[in-house]
Amino acid sequence: MSVATLSIHRGIAGEAPRRDRFDVPFEPGQSVLDGLRRVRETVDPSLAVRYACLSANACKECMMLVDGKVGYACTVRLEAREMRLDPLPNKPLLRDLVTAIAPPDERPPKQVPAPDA
Amino acid sequence: MAEDAPLLRTDVLVIGAGGAGLYAAIEAARRGAEVLLLDRSLIGRGGATVMAQMTVAAALGSETEDDWTHHLRDTLAAGRGLCDPALARLLCEEGAEVIREMDGWKTGWARHADGRIRQVQAPGHDRPRCVYVDFLSTGPAVSRALRTQAQRQGRIRRVGEMLVTDLVVSDGRVQGAVALDLAHGTPLRIAAGATVVATGGLTRLYRRNSASSNMAGDGYALALRAGAALIDMEFVQFFPIGHLAPRMIGMDPIMWDPFRYKLGGRLLNGAMEEFTDRYGTPEGGRYVVTRDLATYAITKEVAAGRGSPSGGAWLSFEHVPEAVLRENFGPVIDRLAANGIDLTRTPVEVAPIAHYHMGGIRVDARMGTGLPGLLAAGEAVGGANGANRLSGNAITEALAFGRVAGREAAALAAQDGIAWDEAAARAPLALAGATGPAGPNPAALFRALQDAMADDVGPFRTAAGLARAAARLDALVARLGEAPPGASMPYDLARADWFDLRAGLQVAQAVVIAATARTESRGAHQREDHPGLDPAWTRNQTLSLRDGRLRLDSQPVAEAA
Repeated sequence: MSVATLSIHRGIAGEAPRRDRFDVPFEPGQSVLDGLRRVRETVDPSLAVRYACLSANACKECMMLVDGKVGYACTVRLEAREMRLDPLPNKPLLRDLVTAIAPPDERPPKQVPAPDA
Repeated sequence: MAEDAPLLRTDVLVIGAGGAGLYAAIEAARRGAEVLLLDRSLIGRGGATVMAQMTVAAALGSETEDDWTHHLRDTLAAGRGLCDPALARLLCEEGAEVIREMDGWKTGWARHADGRIRQVQAPGHDRPRCVYVDFLSTGPAVSRALRTQAQRQGRIRRVGEMLVTDLVVSDGRVQGAVALDLAHGTPLRIAAGATVVATGGLTRLYRRNSASSNMAGDGYALALRAGAALIDMEFVQFFPIGHLAPRMIGMDPIMWDPFRYKLGGRLLNGAMEEFTDRYGTPEGGRYVVTRDLATYAITKEVAAGRGSPSGGAWLSFEHVPEAVLRENFGPVIDRLAANGIDLTRTPVEVAPIAHYHMGGIRVDARMGTGLPGLLAAGEAVGGANGANRLSGNAITEALAFGRVAGREAAALAAQDGIAWDEAAARAPLALAGATGPAGPNPAALFRALQDAMADDVGPFRTAAGLARAAARLDALVARLGEAPPGASMPYDLARADWFDLRAGLQVAQAVVIAATARTESRGAHQREDHPGLDPAWTRNQTLSLRDGRLRLDSQPVAEAA
C-alpha cells in the first residue's frame, strides 16, 4: 500500500520548534485534512489542528502552509509522498499547526496563570 | 489554581454562534442586555448554519399566494403527528418575519429580474416556499449578515474558541457556566442572568455525517446535567442523497440537494432503474419525496442487493446540457471538474447521511426549559419538527427561535439580575482544569462511538441492534475515565475530545433508550421489528437525569393552542 508522509511543525510559541513525521495509508481522493484527522485518531491525539466543518470548505478555519504555500487543508489533495505542513507564518502561533486567526476583539481574554503555574 | 480563573459577568450568556445564537444575541442586545456570545469555534464559522447549502422555508408569497398557516400544515404533516403545535406555529409564523428582517440585513436572497425574491419548491411543501442565496451560499451569506449585525450592536462581546464544559446550577437555577478557553488551555467562570443554549445538534455522533465537528450533542448534555429534559431523541434525520462516491475534497456532501431543486435529476438503483415507486412514492425525475421516505427507499433497495457499487443509489444529471448546469451552478461545476466529476457523462453515487436532529431540549413557546435561568434555541431545541423535519425548516427554526430566546433572556436577566455561587462552580471548574491519566486516545474513542451509532442506530433499527449499541456505548463510558487526559495546554484537542465524548456518550445513550422504547415505525425512526405507524404511539418521549441515570417518560402530544 502506498503511504503519505506528513512532516509537521510541532510546539507552542516561544518553544524551539521540532518536526514530527507521520505515515498515513494513502488512498486517492483524500485531503490533507483527512490525513491529519487520521493521525489524531490512530497515532497522536495531541496534534493541534484547527477545523470545524469537516471538509466542506465552509468554515475556512484550516488554513496552513502546505509545502510552503498557503492553502486549506481540506482542499489540498493528500499525495503519496512527503508533505511539509507548517502554521501560518504571519499569525501568532498557539500550538503545532494552529495560529490565532480570529479578529483580535473575538479572541479569548489574555490569561496569565495556567492551571499548574 | 482554579480560583484564579477569570470571572466574566454578563446579563445574557449565549452558547453557540450559529444562526440561533447570533440572532439571540442581537435580539437580547436590542432589548438593552449586555451579551456574551461564545463559540467553541470562531464566531460565525463553526456550527451548521454556515454549512447550509440552499433552502430556507418561509411563507413570503413572492412566487404564488402563501400564508404561514399553509407552511404550518406542511410542517405538521411532515412531522407525522408528533410536532409540538405551538413550536411549529412559532417556526412558521415568526419565520416569515425573520427572513424579511434578514433581507433588510442584506443577506442577498436570490431575486427575479423584477426584484421579487425567488422561492423554490422543496419536497413536502405544497408550493414554492424556499428562499436561497446563489451558488450554494445560503449558509455563509446568513452567517455573514448576522455577524455584521452582531458587530454593530455595541453590547455583544463575542469570544470564540470557548468550549463550555458545564452549566453552573445553584438552588435549581442556572447562574452561568464554566468554559475551557481552548486557545490558552485554561478554565473560565461566567456569571449570567440568563443562559441560552444554541449549540446545534448531534449528527457528529454518526460516522457519515454532514455536520461540523462541533455538532456532538454537547448542548443537550449541558442541559441534561443541569436538570432540563430532552424530547423526541429517537428522531435523527438522515439526508437521503449525501454524496458517497467518487470521493471529493472541499465539497459539502449535501451539495446535491440544490442540484435537485433546480434541475430535478434522476434517482436510480444499481440497475439504473427508478425505484422509489416500489415504496409507494414515485419520483418521475422530480424532487418530491420527503427525506424520511427517500432514506427508507434507498436503504431498502441497497438491502435488497440493488444498490450502486459503493452501497447507495445513483443520482444522474446526464440528461442536463452543460450550458444549463453552468447557468445554475457556475463555479461549482469547475470545482466538480477539479474532482474529476463531469455530470454530463457520469452519474454520482449517493446514500443517506446523518444531517439533523429533530429531538432536543424541551422548551415552551418562549424557549424556556422549565429550569430557571436556562433557555435554548435552534436545532438544540426539540419538538417543532416532530418525527421528520421538512426541507428548509432548519435555518428558519434557528433564526425564529433565536429571536424569541434573545427577547426572553433579556427580560429574564433584567428581572432576576446576576448571581454567582462559587461553591456550585467548584467541581466543574476543577474538571475543566484537571490533569487526568493519559488513558486511551479520545479521538479514537470518538470514532468508536460513531461506529456504534452508525452500525445500529441509523435510520433502520431493531431491538437486537439497539441492545448491541447500548452495550458498546457502556463499554466506551467505562473507558472514558473521570478526567480529561494529561495537563492542559494551548489548543488541546485531546482535552476537547474528552469533553465531547463525555457529552456524546450520554446523548447517544438517550437516543438509544428512546429508540428502544418506541416499538413502531414513524418518520425518521424505522423499526424493522415493528413496521408501520401505531396510532397508540402518538406520544412524545422525554428523558431526564435523575440520580445520575437517564430516565424515560412519555406523554401525549401537546394540543394546538
